[in-house]
Amino acid sequence: MTIVFALFLLTLLVVTALAIVRTKNLFIATMLLSIFSLLMAVNFFILDAADVALTEAAVGAGVTTVIFLSALRLTSQYERGSLASSRWIAVIVVVTTTVLLISGTINTPNLGDPNAPVHQHVAPFYLENTEALMGFPNVVTAVLSSFRGYDTLGEVFVVFIAAVGVMFILDARQGTGPEYELRVEKGLKHHLIPRAVGGLLIPFMLLFGLYVQFHGEYGPGGGFQAGAIVATAFILHAILEGERTALKAFSRNAQMALIIGGSTLYGAVGVVCMLKGGTFLDYSVLMEDPVTARQVGIIIIELGVGMAVCGALLSIFHSFAARKPVAQAK
Amino acid sequence: MIEVAIEWLGNALLIVGAASVLIGGIGVIRMPDLYSRMHASSLTDTMATLALFSGLMLHSGFTLATIKLMAIMAFLLLTGPTATYALANAAFRSGIEQPRSLNTDDQEKSAP
Repeated sequence: MTIVFALFLLTLLVVTALAIVRTKNLFIATMLLSIFSLLMAVNFFILDAADVALTEAAVGAGVTTVIFLSALRLTSQYERGSLASSRWIAVIVVVTTTVLLISGTINTPNLGDPNAPVHQHVAPFYLENTEALMGFPNVVTAVLSSFRGYDTLGEVFVVFIAAVGVMFILDARQGTGPEYELRVEKGLKHHLIPRAVGGLLIPFMLLFGLYVQFHGEYGPGGGFQAGAIVATAFILHAILEGERTALKAFSRNAQMALIIGGSTLYGAVGVVCMLKGGTFLDYSVLMEDPVTARQVGIIIIELGVGMAVCGALLSIFHSFAARKPVAQAK
Repeated sequence: MIEVAIEWLGNALLIVGAASVLIGGIGVIRMPDLYSRMHASSLTDTMATLALFSGLMLHSGFTLATIKLMAIMAFLLLTGPTATYALANAAFRSGIEQPRSLNTDDQEKSAP
């Protein structure tokens, strides 16, 4: 039954992807991308990857859609047609990639085959030792934050660089003028129903974000997911109450402090580990009992990840939302 | 005896919910303009949510799952109609599609 559902979802994914390519209206494409992400999240969930599903649903279907929409506000609604000559190059690239990808799948093991090389390499070690080394059941969190902590530190720095890059490009010209002021001031204040319902939901979203953050060792979730969910709550607040109120509640400096603080916190844990006589990001030296020490280390670095992701998503959103549309600037 | 009755009631509610989703889907394809299509799709937001989740709650009994289902149902019943409102409002304000009744009113006013 699950396989039928999975096949149905994958077919829908292909249909959605084709529709995204076909449409010229970028608003429709954005909405379809959101649907694509949601379908992808359900697919991940069917494959028992609850952590990835949570991330895809929060970031792909939620935050990215809002960021795309606020970017669309700055540009035109319609896609510009491409040149006929460059279209041929695109077709050749796509066909080559497709052939390569399909030929790459020919000799791969079946889905969920326990004898597949990927399940025989380091995965058995993680599965056997997580409980003993960390004292909690979620192997994904253990892999992400301890066994492969260096990779996650790198990811946090990537998030940091992405946020800084967006700010460099977009923050150069903040919107001004009476028309802009009015829009910034108002938000959705004249819409009673979304405001009331949204205001009702925001506390629960924050609560859920904190739950995902601090329950990541035992259930699906962790810093990435929690950061995205908390950012969603603040973005909803910004949409409902307008840019000005949102920035008063959560200023640009606070967002920067979250990004920098989160990344620094992660790196600092590694340095403290070194000072205590271990290797970089080897949490076991932090306290007397190595299992407790690993748990403490993981909770701290997950907090760092959550702060960095939340700050980055919020600052990217505000970079787009606070910018003056080009048409209006002329 | 009573358990069998509750199970069958749950089954019936699930079928009603699934039928509402189907009717809503057919309505979205068949209805003539945006607002009546949204009226059809709102059936999946409200009626289907209520029926499906009540059916699932009857099946799961007094467990943690029931509480979770109740929370999800409350969330969907709040957000679904709000999203429908926002969509209808955006369509009306942007003037993409006028409601049928407004169109005929305009024609009646302009006719004499």
